[in-house]
Amino acid sequence: MSNKGLRLLDFEGVTFNYQNQSAPAVKGCTFNIREGEFVSLVGHNSSGKSTIAKLSNGLLQPKEGQVCVYGIPTTDQERLIEIRANVGLVFQNPDNQTVASLVEDDVAFGPENLNLPPEEIRKRVDEALSIVGLLHLLKHPVHHLSGGQKQLVAIAGILAIKPKLLILDEATSLIDPKGRKQVLEKIKHLHKDGYAIVMITHRMEEVLLSERSIALEKGNIIFDGKPEDLFSNPPLLARAGLERPPLVQLVESLSGNGINVPFPKDENELVEALCRLK
Amino acid sequence: MSLANFVTIGQFVPLDTPIHRLDPRVKLLLSLVLLVFIFVVGKLLPLLALFVLAMVCAALAKVPLMHLVRGMRPILILIVLTVVIQLFSTSGEPLLSFWGLTITKEGILVSLFVVLRLILLVSISVILTYATSPLDLTFALESFMLPLKRIGFPASEIALMMSIALRFIPTLLEETDKIIKAQTSRGADFSSGGVIARAKSFIPVLIPLFVSAFRRADELADAMESRCFITGEKRSRLHVPKLGLNDFVAVALCVVAMAGVYVWSIL
Ligand SMILES: Nc1ncnc2c1ncn2[C@@H]1O[C@H](COP(=O)(O)OP(=O)(O)O)[C@@H](O)[C@H]1O
Ligand SMILES: [Mg+2]
Repeated sequence: MSNKGLRLLDFEGVTFNYQNQSAPAVKGCTFNIREGEFVSLVGHNSSGKSTIAKLSNGLLQPKEGQVCVYGIPTTDQERLIEIRANVGLVFQNPDNQTVASLVEDDVAFGPENLNLPPEEIRKRVDEALSIVGLLHLLKHPVHHLSGGQKQLVAIAGILAIKPKLLILDEATSLIDPKGRKQVLEKIKHLHKDGYAIVMITHRMEEVLLSERSIALEKGNIIFDGKPEDLFSNPPLLARAGLERPPLVQLVESLSGNGINVPFPKDENELVEALCRLK
Repeated sequence: MSLANFVTIGQFVPLDTPIHRLDPRVKLLLSLVLLVFIFVVGKLLPLLALFVLAMVCAALAKVPLMHLVRGMRPILILIVLTVVIQLFSTSGEPLLSFWGLTITKEGILVSLFVVLRLILLVSISVILTYATSPLDLTFALESFMLPLKRIGFPASEIALMMSIALRFIPTLLEETDKIIKAQTSRGADFSSGGVIARAKSFIPVLIPLFVSAFRRADELADAMESRCFITGEKRSRLHVPKLGLNDFVAVALCVVAMAGVYVWSIL
């Protein structure tokens, strides 16, 4: 797709079957993610999105095909740590990702697993927390934080292992709108700072943030391309489990009435585009 | 009242006090020694002195009085029960008798004794966990189990397991609260009926709690592995507690105090 940087994550003809399940959860999937890309992964419930996430860092191993991170197959047990340090996974429920009571201890968990010296751990913890803007909560108990803050701590915990790719598996679905906005804001910044992002989501406004969208249906990739192309194809959109967002509907009805604007990323861009019209 | 208010043992509050700053190994060791020592002291007044000492520690650690009092609630039944039994079953100089029951002077002394011991037991545990983070506490346990590591005992894994268990106490309490409220809103009744009826009424709370705990465990395992955790691999730590002068002073003070109390109790 885009020609950004090095190939970071490679899926080649990957098929995966859970035990005691007749139909495979993921069927012959091929795609790759490059450094610095921002990809959204969409699909109905049970379409295999989480399975793809877990295949990406070797939590699950493909039955057929191969998953590689920077060319290293995830089946290489010797280099599993290297793979996981490059591909960070953030899950849905922040409560189930927190291992320690205090913010700084939780963020330190990853670097501690990498057996880094205490000074280096300290540095990484402070860095990660200042990236997500929670450095002032260093010594706070995690369970006193808001949902959005908890998820930011989970993201900091992943940033502390210094990954190149962040996969967020419906990471904003359990938190309140305010917290969600906070988290999305940080994700946008991370992308600007050069992290590759894969955002698994049901939400249109989150898909709109991405530069590329991959849609799954029953374990098959049914679309891989620009979000705009996905949105302008209603049957495909329905198969991907997404409704057309109000913004897209507005732009389309505008163009239906002869007002053509370039496809906007958010409301502000639309407003600006409209203002520039004569 | 929420459950988190009910169970105060195991609730760490990060503050900066002389007690919080002590090395966790020193705190754990002293607490364990004190817990045993409570049962060595055989006289009321020296035990009372020990109680005063514990309260001084509580004040130093800035443990709110209500927090300590709440900590007693889970053992309230135990206290009442032992007092009743001791009060009427100890023979000695009769003070008061009614309905064929006699309260003796010795009975009162023994009950006071037992109550004081129980209160001390809980107070020490509350202070220890109030002023020591679960991670530090398990670090201390791990260092005590270190000699066992040489014979293949998984000391580090057990310590990590315990710190995670402690970390999940507030989460699970909160969840229990939610389930109780949800079941109450569906007409469940947790506060009437006999002991058996009440115990039975908790089944609809326990089952969802267990199901959710297992789901959490699954997700937690994935999250830990994603953060490069591999069982049995060597891990480093952010905080490596170091023994300082304050720790030696604390140990010295405790030894002197205990020696004093002990001598007083055998005089
Ligand atoms: N641990 C598991 N054991 C068995 N089947 C599973 C497991 N996890 C997911 N599945 C099945 O695999 C399919 C894909 O699931 P998943 O990847 O979680 O989808 P999504 O994240 O898109 O909702 C579903 O049919 C689901 O029932
Ligand atoms: Mg999922």
